[in-house]
Amino acid sequence: MTWVPACKLDDIEQEGAIRFDHGGRTYALYRGPDDSVYCTAGLCTHEAIHLADGLVMDFEVECPKHSGAFDYRTGEALRLPACENLKIYPVEVIDGEIRVALS
Amino acid sequence: MQGIVIIGAGEAGTRAAFAAREARFSGAITLVGAEPHSPYERPPLSKPLDGAVQMKPICGLPALEATGIDYHQGVSALRIEPDARSVVLSDGRTLAYDKLLLATGARPRRLACPGAGRALDFRTYADAAAIFSKAEAGGRVAIIGGGLIGMELAAVLRGKGVAVSIIEAAPKPLGRAVPARFAATLHARHMEEGVLFYLGQGVAEITPDAVLLADDACVPADIVVAAVGVVPDMALAEAAGLATGNGILTDAFLRTSDPHIFAAGDCAAVSQPDGGQVRFESWRNARSQAETAARNMAGANEAFAATPWFWSDQYDLCLQVAGLPLPGHQSIVRTLGDGELEFYLDGGRLVAAAGLGVGNGIARDIKLAEMLIAAGVAPDPAALMDPGVNLKTLLKSARAA
Ligand SMILES: Cc1cc2nc3c(=O)[nH]c(=O)nc-3n(C[C@H](O)[C@H](O)[C@H](O)COP(=O)(O)OP(=O)(O)OC[C@H]3O[C@@H](n4cnc5c(N)ncnc54)[C@H](O)[C@@H]3O)c2cc1C
Ligand code: FES
Repeated sequence: MTWVPACKLDDIEQEGAIRFDHGGRTYALYRGPDDSVYCTAGLCTHEAIHLADGLVMDFEVECPKHSGAFDYRTGEALRLPACENLKIYPVEVIDGEIRVALS
Repeated sequence: MQGIVIIGAGEAGTRAAFAAREARFSGAITLVGAEPHSPYERPPLSKPLDGAVQMKPICGLPALEATGIDYHQGVSALRIEPDARSVVLSDGRTLAYDKLLLATGARPRRLACPGAGRALDFRTYADAAAIFSKAEAGGRVAIIGGGLIGMELAAVLRGKGVAVSIIEAAPKPLGRAVPARFAATLHARHMEEGVLFYLGQGVAEITPDAVLLADDACVPADIVVAAVGVVPDMALAEAAGLATGNGILTDAFLRTSDPHIFAAGDCAAVSQPDGGQVRFESWRNARSQAETAARNMAGANEAFAATPWFWSDQYDLCLQVAGLPLPGHQSIVRTLGDGELEFYLDGGRLVAAAGLGVGNGIARDIKLAEMLIAAGVAPDPAALMDPGVNLKTLLKSARAA
C-alpha cells in the first residue's frame, strides 16, 4: 500500500465528487456534506461508467447512466441495477491536501 | 396457492420476478420467456463496445435459482384461459396462476412495400448479431427510420467504418421522442460523421442491393435495416378478451380489465391521472412499472407514478430526457461547457427537462431537474438559465420552503 497525493480538498465541491486517475486506473474522490473525504473505484459496477459524473447527495452517489446508487463511505451498492459493491480506499487529508492509499 | 406467472422475460418481466420476492411474496414465481437466452438488456445492443455485440445479462441463471424464480427459457405462452386462471405453454404444459403479469414487450413494426422481407429487424440479440456480423467496414447499410434506434445504430456503424444512409418519412429525424433543439443537434452531428439522410421520403421497394424511394431515388445498400418503430405485443391479451388500445389497457395500479391479470413495460398502456392511457417504450419505465405491478400482485395497492425518463447514446453524445416536454411549454435553455440543458415550464411549474452533452456531463443536472419536477417546484427562469446557479441549491431551498 502506498499513499498517493491526489488533489486539494478545495478541488472537490462540498457534496461533490471528482475523478482521479493513477497508474492506469481510475478512482472517484468524494467530499461529503461534513467535508469528510472518501475514495472508491472510479467505475460503476453495472457498466464501466465514471461515477464522478454522478449526483452526490449526503453520502450517496448516483450513477449518471442508469441511476444505480452507492454509499461512497462503504462502497455498498444501494440501488439496482448496481448490485456489486464498489472497492474503497483509505484517504487522509493533511493541510488541505488529499492522499489516497492505493494497493 | 398457485402463485405468480409472468409472461415475457425482458426487462419488465425479469424485474417483476425479483421485485415480487423483494416484496416478500413467498409463493411460486414462474417466468416464461420466448427467447433462447438468460434474460438480457436490450439497450447495449445498439451500443456495442469495440464493435462487438454485447450480451449483457439482467441476471444470471444462478440468481434466478437463488431467488426461487422458475424460469422457462425458450418457451412461449400460447394462450391465456382467464376463467380457469391458467396459461398454456408451447412445451405443452399448463400453468395455473393467482396473478398473471403480461410483460410481452413490443415487436418491430413491419414495412409493407415490395421486398419488405429483405429488411432486417433490430430488437433482439439475434437481430443485433445478424446485423453486426454482416455489416463490415466498406459495406453500405441503409436504415429505414430515423428514430432513436435507427440513429443509435447509424452512430455505431459509422464507428466501424460502414457507409450509412438513413431514410425517414418525416421531414426531420428524431421527431417523435426528442425535443426539436436536441434532434437538430444530433442530426447535424450525424451529417458531420458522414451519414446520408433521405428525409420526407417513403420507401417504394427494397431490392437485393438498394432501397428505392417514392421519388424514384435509389439508395444503394448491401444491408437494409427496418427501424420504423415498434408495436405493443398484445396478441395474448386480445385473444383472452382483455381491453386493449395502443397497448394492453391498465388502470393506475397496472391491472388490466381482468383483476387477476396485470401488464407492465412496452406492452402496457397505463391510465393517467388526467385521463387517457399512455404507453412508454423505455428501459426505466419497464423496470419501474414492473416493480409497482409486482408489489400489487403481492398484495399492495399502489398507483404507478414516476417521472418518465430515458437516455440515448450517439457517438460521444448522451441525451437524457425527464418528463414529457411538449411544444406548448415555456422553454428555458442553459448553455454548459460541452452541452446544453432545456427546461420546460407549464404555468411556471417545472414539468420536464432534457440535456445533451459529451459523455455523462448533463446527467447530474437532469437528475436534479427530475427531483425538482417531482417536488412540484416553480423555479425562477433566470436561475434555470444561469449555469452559475447549482440546481442542488434550488432543490434545497425548495425543500426548506
Ligand atoms: C436496440 C435497442 C436499444 C434500446 N436502447 C434504449 C435506450 O438507450 N434507452 C432506453 O430507455 N430504452 C432503450 N430501449 C428500449 C428498452 O429496451 C425497452 O423499453 C425495454 O426492453 C422494454 O422492456 P419489456 O420487458 O417491456 O419488453 P421487451 O424487452 O420487449 O421484452 C419482452 C419479452 O417478452 C417475450 N415475449 C413476448 N410474447 C411472449 C409470449 N407469448 N411468451 C413468452 N415470451 C414472450 C419477448 O420475446 C421478449 O423477450 C432500447 C431497445 C432496443 C431494441
Ligand atoms: S452504469 Fe451505473 S447503473 Fe448502469
